[in-house]
Amino acid sequence: MEREPDRIVLTDEQQRRRRARSIAIALALGALVILFYVVTLVKGPAVLNRPL
Amino acid sequence: MLVVSEGAEFVPPIVNPTATIGCREPSAAAVGDYIALMKPRVMSLVVFTAFVGMMMAPGHLHPVIGFTALLCISVAAGAAGALNMWYDADIDAVMTRTAARPIPQGRIAPGEALGFGATIAAFSIAVLGLLVSWLAAALLAFTIFFYVVVYTIWLKRRTPQNIVIGGAAGALPPVIGWLAASGGVSLEPCLLFLIVFFWTPPHFWALSLTRTEEYARAGVPMLPVVAGADETRRQILLYSIVLALLGAAPWLLGSRSTLYGTIALAAGAIMIALALQLRREREKQPAHRAAMRLFGFSILYLFVLFAALLIDAAVYMQAAARP
Repeated sequence: MEREPDRIVLTDEQQRRRRARSIAIALALGALVILFYVVTLVKGPAVLNRPL
Repeated sequence: MLVVSEGAEFVPPIVNPTATIGCREPSAAAVGDYIALMKPRVMSLVVFTAFVGMMMAPGHLHPVIGFTALLCISVAAGAAGALNMWYDADIDAVMTRTAARPIPQGRIAPGEALGFGATIAAFSIAVLGLLVSWLAAALLAFTIFFYVVVYTIWLKRRTPQNIVIGGAAGALPPVIGWLAASGGVSLEPCLLFLIVFFWTPPHFWALSLTRTEEYARAGVPMLPVVAGADETRRQILLYSIVLALLGAAPWLLGSRSTLYGTIALAAGAIMIALALQLRREREKQPAHRAAMRLFGFSILYLFVLFAALLIDAAVYMQAAARP
């Protein structure tokens, strides 16, 4: 008799959605890196000056 | 137990939404479900009013910094929407308008929504503080706190003044935009705040007049549920009159052009006329139509008013740039 796996097995649909969520998180983090880079270019050394 | 008008009973909610935190099943959420969780239509209104506040503010803001501020404000609005949906999942499930949302449909677990909302709220505040202004970031944090804790958790299920006081959260984005651009606050952003603040009750009460029984069933003490339709119509008219005056105030105080004044007065007059029509209608179907007409026009009113302010600010900037 085949043993039941002792961990959660994702269905194909769950795997596809998890992959889509992972890609979305990666894109969001990538966009954040680009945003910080561009703002640093725009502000120059003043990027470290953070007034209220 | 309060007995409400129109034959519906006001029953306080019995479900504790925080009791359902956590997920045991693997997530079935699609990316689109997370976008729905952020209430994109509300986000668009928030971004637009914040943009107008930013454009009206004195001083020069680099487009990249302005874009960053708007991005943070829109993500923060999405975070507040997600946290609202997390807490209100039990109410959403029993109302037709909200039953298709991701949590009542079981596509996103409440714990996932809480984690998502808290994470993007923290990111939006931190990025606005680091890249634009810590004062604007502090006001953004306060706005999220006000919407989630003061409005959603505290007031919404307890008082018919829920959307009156809670409306302050929706009225703050133009002030945040102004603050991000200029670093300070003056009379004009306060007027923008008051316009959105007084716009919120007639907008939501008009909608709630058409869904009184649903709100009663969900245990939300909206004004029509607690005070009845007549009192709600009276209050809508009063708020509409104050709103029309506030809408024209930037022109009356001399800081905006006659064109803006004309648009604000005309739009305000239509708002009052629709509120008067709603107050007159008593038959079920015509009253429903009048409420939906006012609800629909109120969205157009805010858009037209802020678009006129934006055009006015752009014309002023062009004139100031001329030698």
